[in-house]
Amino acid sequence: MGEQLQTLLMIAVGSALVNNVVLSQFLGLCPFLGVSKKMETAAGMGGAVIFVLTISSFFTGLIYHFLLVPSGLTYLQTIVFILVIAALVQLVEMFLKKTMPALYKSLGVYLPLITTNCAVLGVALLNVQNNYGILEGTVNGLATAVGFTISIVLMAGLREKIQYNDIPKPFQGMPIVLLTAGLMSIAFFGFSGMI
Amino acid sequence: MKDHSPAERLYNGIIKENPTFVMMLGMCPTLAVTTSAVNGLGMGLTTMVILAMSNLMISLLRKVIPDGVRMPAYIVVVASFVTIVQFLLQGFLPFLYDSLGIYIPLIVVNCIILGRAEAYASKHGPVSSVFDGIGMGLGFTLGLTSIGIVRELLGGGAIFGFQIFEGGATIFVLAPGAFFVLAMLVALQNKLKEGKQEKRQGTAGCAAGCAACSNTLCSQAGTEDTARKGGA
Repeated sequence: MGEQLQTLLMIAVGSALVNNVVLSQFLGLCPFLGVSKKMETAAGMGGAVIFVLTISSFFTGLIYHFLLVPSGLTYLQTIVFILVIAALVQLVEMFLKKTMPALYKSLGVYLPLITTNCAVLGVALLNVQNNYGILEGTVNGLATAVGFTISIVLMAGLREKIQYNDIPKPFQGMPIVLLTAGLMSIAFFGFSGMI
Repeated sequence: MKDHSPAERLYNGIIKENPTFVMMLGMCPTLAVTTSAVNGLGMGLTTMVILAMSNLMISLLRKVIPDGVRMPAYIVVVASFVTIVQFLLQGFLPFLYDSLGIYIPLIVVNCIILGRAEAYASKHGPVSSVFDGIGMGLGFTLGLTSIGIVRELLGGGAIFGFQIFEGGATIFVLAPGAFFVLAMLVALQNKLKEGKQEKRQGTAGCAAGCAACSNTLCSQAGTEDTARKGGA
């Protein structure tokens, strides 16, 4: 039990900080660059990603291990995973709308955006590639999403400040954001000593 | 040039609406696989093949697919082609398959492909759709290869594996280098464009690009049609 807990902890720290999903694996860059203008929206997006990514890595793990592997259809994983994710996002949206209107109100707008977030499909595929079981895969999904939230919220905080700076004209807009992301990425290298 | 002629489509994809530098679409593979020029070229061409084939298929099926479920239908078409191409690469170009890794299946969620399916292939005939796919794919290849060349040269002093000088700053091959090189290339492009016309891209361009293609996806719920940038 203790050993398993240790493995899970390693996976969690590894995915959240050391191999940060945005800054070192380049997954989920679209929302990272697109929805990081304000702290509030960034946090909302992060919350929605945590929610969906955890659920989706659980379900894709379930489907992979109990449906695709026994029937020898693992080559269909890409198609199956993307459909499962799209359907799941839709379901989560409907479920939240009915049962938790308050949560839906704060996360609702971001939910449809998540299907195109390549982090969600990426984590499902990485779980398969790394031979993670269902529990490990779910923890990996949760940790990856936490890593995503950390980086997008940090980015939004920085961008709120950048707005007031005097930036050379060609660097205004996307270039300065990319440069900031590059510096953040260097900063996250500091975590690589942890594992 | 006549509208929707093959030549016009190629020009549009490579220069006018270049997916990497003008539209800022498909950022994940753009930054992730461009550690060398060969990888960038391989990823670009792979995407081009899938884009042309999925555009052809979707254009042929455009009158058959019901409007309400078009997004899931497009996704299935794209995902099937991605799976086929993935196996072909694994069989015939194993070195490319190994170096691109997880980013091959992730072509499914590449904004460019679903974006073109929704914005172009679903409304136009098969021939111009194929050339639209090839043009966009070549534009993407151009973007990825040029980023790859810069990173390989600065990081390892080589281009396409040919050593030009010794040493180099390894950071350009690592993750942060990708951000820096793209930032420089976009800034350079902004500089060149300055004066010619008012800035047409930047933050707004990217956000709109991403939002547009995410919107196309959320319209699978049958909500409003998308305000897409590609067509405008």
